[in-house]
Formats: sequence, structure tokens, C-alpha cells
Amino acid sequence: MNHTPSKLAIALACLCSSALVACASTASTQNTQAAPHVSIHTDPYPSTYAPIAGKPTVITNVTILDGVGNKIEQGEIYFADGKIVAVGQSVEYPADAIVIDGTGKWVTPGIIDNHSHLGVYPSPSIGSTSDGNEATSPVTPGVWAEHSVWPQDPGFGRALAGGVTALQILPGSANLFGGRSVVLKNVPSRTMQDMKFPDAPYGMKMACGENPKRVYGKRGGPATRMGNVKGYRQAWADTQAYMRDWEKYEADYNAGKNPKAPKRDLDKETMAGVLNGDILVHMHCYRADEMVVMMDMMKEFNYQISSFHHAVEAYKIADKLAENNVCASLWADWWGFKLEAYDGIRENIPMVHQAKACTIVHSDDDLGIQRLNQEAAKAWSDGKRAGIDIDMADAWQWLSANPAKSLGIFDQTGSLETGKNADVVLWTGSPFSTYSKAERVYIDGGEAFTLEDKDNWPLSDFEVGQVGEGDAK
Amino acid sequence: MKRILSLAIAAALSTSAFAENIAIVGGKILTQTEQGTIESGTVLIRDGKIQSVSEQGEVPDGYTRIDASGKVVTPGFIGALTSLGLVEVSSWAGEVDSSVGDSAISHTGAALDPSYAINPDSSLIDITRIEGFTTAGTSIERTDLLFRGQGAVISLDDDGQIVKNHSFMVVNMTGSAADEHGGSRTALWVLLESVLNEASSTSSVPSLTTTWEGINTRADLQALKAVIDGSVPLFIQADRSADIRQVLAFKKRHPDIKLVLVHGAEAWRVADELAAADIPVILDPQANLPSNFDQVGSTLHNAGRLEKAGVKVAIGIETHNIRLASQHAGNAVANGLSYEAGIASLTSVPAQILGVDDKVGALAPGLQADVVIWSGDPLEVTEAAEQVFIDGEAIDMTSRQTRLRDRYLKVQANPNGETSHYVKP
Repeated sequence: MNHTPSKLAIALACLCSSALVACASTASTQNTQAAPHVSIHTDPYPSTYAPIAGKPTVITNVTILDGVGNKIEQGEIYFADGKIVAVGQSVEYPADAIVIDGTGKWVTPGIIDNHSHLGVYPSPSIGSTSDGNEATSPVTPGVWAEHSVWPQDPGFGRALAGGVTALQILPGSANLFGGRSVVLKNVPSRTMQDMKFPDAPYGMKMACGENPKRVYGKRGGPATRMGNVKGYRQAWADTQAYMRDWEKYEADYNAGKNPKAPKRDLDKETMAGVLNGDILVHMHCYRADEMVVMMDMMKEFNYQISSFHHAVEAYKIADKLAENNVCASLWADWWGFKLEAYDGIRENIPMVHQAKACTIVHSDDDLGIQRLNQEAAKAWSDGKRAGIDIDMADAWQWLSANPAKSLGIFDQTGSLETGKNADVVLWTGSPFSTYSKAERVYIDGGEAFTLEDKDNWPLSDFEVGQVGEGDAK
Repeated sequence: MKRILSLAIAAALSTSAFAENIAIVGGKILTQTEQGTIESGTVLIRDGKIQSVSEQGEVPDGYTRIDASGKVVTPGFIGALTSLGLVEVSSWAGEVDSSVGDSAISHTGAALDPSYAINPDSSLIDITRIEGFTTAGTSIERTDLLFRGQGAVISLDDDGQIVKNHSFMVVNMTGSAADEHGGSRTALWVLLESVLNEASSTSSVPSLTTTWEGINTRADLQALKAVIDGSVPLFIQADRSADIRQVLAFKKRHPDIKLVLVHGAEAWRVADELAAADIPVILDPQANLPSNFDQVGSTLHNAGRLEKAGVKVAIGIETHNIRLASQHAGNAVANGLSYEAGIASLTSVPAQILGVDDKVGALAPGLQADVVIWSGDPLEVTEAAEQVFIDGEAIDMTSRQTRLRDRYLKVQANPNGETSHYVKP
């Protein structure tokens, strides 16, 4: 680092949107003998997403769930230029708008799945494509799921046909710190960057319990749950030290001391992003008691867990989740495949909702993601039978608004409110029925899927020239 | 397990000392017999058997009347291919009887006998039956051996009664099975032929005093005899159409062996041939991804296309969540399967496939009174089983899961939010 600061280096440093270390505005005035200021590019694999071109569209005579608790019968929704313009009983729209008669049909916000491994564990599921767990060390927050995502996974198209408009791709749960997640718009494309949700914060995957101790128990540990917690805590403490090194570097640099920059550590960079509040924690955790330990740890190191994932015992501590502002991302009825999942009950989702904790329906599955509306429907009706009577309109928060909040994108999507992205699904009937299907799926107002338009069904490269190419899936 | 009746039904049944005779009145009855669907009718249950199914609403003296108006009445659903009773927690939580390693008693897996391992106290039994499933085919799920043992059909009653022992044998002939047997189908199919040939060419099982160095153990030979003579059906798992064509060729070579195709992701491509050979299919109608190179042609329309060609379809390959087979059947109906075939895929078809249609799978006089009263359409995700009868008795509609739910509903209802102590469920 002996060369003088180039214009490029300064430009790069100052392009950073939320740099780990602040850009030094005085860089160009430094002594020419001083090393250039080192800062870290926070968006080196930027989104190149471009929305599908849409036309101003109104859907009339339709049952609308706006995703934030309102149901409108025989309503209208108008969207144009990629945004929701108006939702109501009757809305104004220009004469040249495309009018779709929604009689007997329903409209909802696009479904957002905050727990998917599409692209990192794609179909076909074979050794060659198994890219979701960097199971070489229990602490790998420096790996990024986006560097594994295979955009030709046919699962993206199937999920789109199920009304999924955005999804978080997470690393697997083998590691204490599994790596960074990426949020994608579900527009099957040539590159990951073409799908990358612009300006969505990164997430970081963590995992509790059985998986890390099973994977590393005979490979140097952790071998126990207490070993897991030591592993997290040591890594957080090391990250704090790392951040102090950078803070000192910045202070010294700004004081004109010509300091040597600390060596970049990609693992700690991601974790520092969490402690800075830029990266959201998504933590695989099943057992109630373990989740409470994790919430103490988050206070010890002063960060926020965005959501627990799977959380089959969330119903036991729903009050504490609400208190700590931590979401629970849940299945409707999966249970029993391991002891951590033994106490799963069908009423987990409605019970967490009833306790006023942020409740999310997630898939973690390439088939489940295709019918998340049915998962919500099951949870909604199971709750009702147990005396927890939740409005359908409120229940839809589990599928769009709450996952959007957990991903830090609710200001852009997750509800049918004026000004939000036009991520909209038109269903053939009530999406709380087994028999209903997504008929049209809009992403940013562009028609990404149309049930009746066979020629434009999603088709991945993998499926081209194979058996069943172009078949109804 | 205690038999505690759900409140409404308990009140109705309290008038009868023994509650042997029950009349379920006013429900829409999906009979699974030539009677078809009765929009509003009566099911009479006497001494644990179906006595009659009719459109009339009159109840003879001595019967406890249960009002099922606005409800749907079906035969108890059948989990076609499960490991119920053989597993509690699948992974890393003690022994799992549905997972078998090497043992001296069996070299090919044919001899493995799940009937010794059925545990009626498994929490899965209650959890499954309160959702309308009353019978299950149960078998080994994981083994490196060729066959997955001799499947049993069990009742999900309190005793885990075996409805039919040694009722089927499963063999996996997919690419993943080839992986375990030489890494190639060129070895797998020759192995299957050789193993069966050895069993059929051995006129009797060699006595213990003679030397025997076959591929099969003596116990395997014994079990395979019943497959070869057609008394025990062979369930062959295969997905790609080329493999299913091999199954059809196998049937031609071994016309006496009774075959059922399992999973069959690309079965729709060979539907006419399967129909002509009278080979039914047990499938998972959700499978619509090319999960591997065997399943490239997977589609949600598999079940519907098979039905149209005249193939009998059963739905339900799972264990802990076999209860979701009704949702899966509903999705098959949403993708081309007729509604009637959707219900049959959970009742009469698996009963036929498992060889127990003389006992269960339909609401026909003389059959075991396994009956479910549903809140509505059983294939609809928002509906549920309200009362289940097995052998004519109303079962306790609780499970470990409902007990956990009730315990924590009490915790949630605690107005002081003081939840540090455990609450009696």
C-alpha cells in the first residue's frame, strides 16, 4: 500500500453506500507519502435487475386482501409504472388501462418466502449442485449465498407459479454462522445479479442446536449446545476487536498518522455488518429454551435477531418473541424428523400470531414454496378450531408483510398500498382453498406468470430439450 | 391409551351403555362402493362393522344417533406407504425400526419383518388417526439391501392390530438404488433377476443341515416364495419412463408376480401400458421438479393423466405427515384428477393395492366400521376430521400434539403473564 491514491481508489471508496468504515473526505488532501485510505466496497456484486415491462392495469370486481389487515369485497386495484396506484371499493383509472374482470377471483400481495434454498440447493439435487452449506468450518459468515445461486434452478419458475414474487436465499444450517443470504426478485433470469432485489439489506444465517453439533461433533467441535454458544460468543467478541482495529485505523488516518489498515477478514466483515445494524440475522432454531438463550446473547452483543426460522416450539415462548421484537418463520405442520422438531403442533402459527409476535409462513422447501398459501390456510383454520379466530386479511400478513419486514424490504413491497411495488397475485379463487391457483403474477407491475399463457411459462435452461419441456408443471 | 370421546359425540353416546350400535345421520356420504355419493344419508354401525348405508334418515331402536348434517362422511383413510409404528423420531434420537443395516439373517432384505416392530404407543399413531387416517401400509424406509422387507398393513387403533401381515414387499429400482448396488442399473436389474431366479429355482428352502451359499439367506428364500407365486405383491419404485418400461418388461417375464409401481414420477408417459398391464401406482402428486435425472418429466398432472388412461392411483408416501396425503390428493384434483379418484386414492385404491379391501377402504356392509365425519370436503385444506371411528368405536380425538397445544394455550391465557411454571395440560 505504498502507492499514491489513485482517482479510482478514491472513487471506489466513496461509492460505498453504507461503508463499513466511513469514506475519508480528506483523502485527496493527504500527504502524497501517505498510504491511500483503505475502505471496503459494500456492494461489489450489484443488482442489475430490470423490471419486466408492464402496462397500466386495473383488476375489477375482485376480492382483495391488501396484506395489512383489510379485505375488500368486489373491489378494484389499479397499478401503473411498476407501483400500486390505488386500491379500494372503486378507484380511478385511465381509459386506456388494461381491465381484468376479477369476478369470483382474489387479489393479494405477492408471496415473499424468507427461507428458501433455491439456486443453492437446486434441482437436480446432485453432488454437483449442492452449494448451500460451506461445511468446512462452523464459522463461515464470510461466504455469500449469492455466489452459489444457480439462476437456472427450475424451482424459481415453479415458485413463481405459486405466487412467490420475492425470496430470501439462505445458506444451509450446518454452521453456527452459515454466511450471507441474498434477497431475490423471482424473475427467472440469466444471472443472479439480474434477480437481485435492489437495495435489500443482506441477511446472515446462523444455526442453533443439533445441526452444528452433529456436523462438527467429531470434527473438532462444537459437539454440544454449550459448545455452540461458546462458538457464537467467541466469534462476536473477535468481531468487536476487529471493529475496534478499524475504528482505530480510521481515527489514526483522520489524525494524519498514516496508519496501516487492518487486514480484511471476510468472516468478521459480515458479522460487523450485523453489529452495525446493516445486516439482518436469520437464525435456524427449533427449541423454545434455545431461542431464549439466543435472545440473551443478542443483548449481550447488542444486535437484533430479525427472525428465528423453523422455530417449531415458538408457541411456548411467543410472549418473549413479541417482547424482543423477533419474528418467527414457521411451517404449518412439519414435525418429528428430529428431536428438536418433536414438539411441533399445528397451532404454532396462530398461537404466535395471537401473542402479537411477528409471524411468518416460510417454506425451506422447493415443493412447499409452491403452495405457501395453503400452508397459511391450514394454520388459519387450525387456529380457528382451537379458538384462535384470526381474520383471513390479518393472516395474509404471514405471507407478505411480515416476511418483507424480516427482510428489511417492507418499505418497498409486502402489501397492496399506494406507492408500493406492484407485486400482485390474482388467484382463481380463494387462496385459502386447495383448489385455487395463481392465475396472474405481477412483479413490479410486469406480468411474470400467466396460467393460461403456456408459451410464456418459465422454462429453465436445464429443462430445454428435455422430456416434458413446455409441459404443464 | 384412554378412550375419551370428543364432547359432542360423548354426549350423544352417553345414552347407550355399550355404544356398539351407531347411526351417523344426515351427512354427505362418499361410500366408495357402487352406491357412489349419497347427498344425505345414514350409516349404521353394528358390532364394529358397517351394517348398512342408505338414503333414509330413520334410525332403528337401540342405535345412538349422531347428527352429521352439513358434514361429509367417508371410510377411514389409508396411508398407502408409510413407516407408521416403526419410527418415533427419524434422525439421531435412538433406534429407528424402519431403518435396517446389515444383518446375518438377511442378505437381500426380503426376510425383514416389520410386524415384530410395530409400536401402537407411538405418538404418530394418535397424531395420524385424529386426522382421519385409520389404516396404514407400513414398511422399512431405509436399507442398503435390495428389498425393504415384508410390509404389513396395520390398523391405527389402540392395539396396532395387524390387518394383514406380509402383505407387500418393496424394491427400489431407481437410479439412487442403482447407486447402492454397483452404481449402475446394469448390476441392479441383474441382481433382482438373479435373486428371484434363485428363489424360484429352489424348490424348497434348504434345510439347516445342507450347505447353502446362495445370494439369499434361507429366511429370504422363504419370504420370496410368496412374491413369486403372486400372493404377496411386489411394490417397485421407479421414476423415469425407461425404468418403468423395464418394470413392464419384468411383468411380461414374470406374469405371476403381482406388481405395484411406487412414486412413478414419469408414469404418465407410460400410462397406457401400465393400464394394459393392470399395474396400479402409489404416487406423490406434489413431485413436479427434476429432482434428479430420473424425474425430469415430473408434473403435477401425473395422477390425472394416469387416471384418464385407466390406471388406478393411490396417493400417500410419507410417515410423520402421511396425514397430509389428503391435501396432496386435493392438489392432484386441482391438476386434473377427478374428485372421485381423489377420494379413492386415499381409500378404496390403497385398500385394493394392500390386499385389504375385504376389510377396509369403503363404507360397505360387513366391512370394518372405520368411518370419519369431516367438517367438510376432506381434500380442502381448511377442513378437518371431527370424529373418527375405528372398528365401530369413536376414538379419543386427542394426541400428544393437541395436549401440548392445550398446555400452552393455558400458558398464553394466563392474564399475569407469569409463565415460569409448567401448567397441567
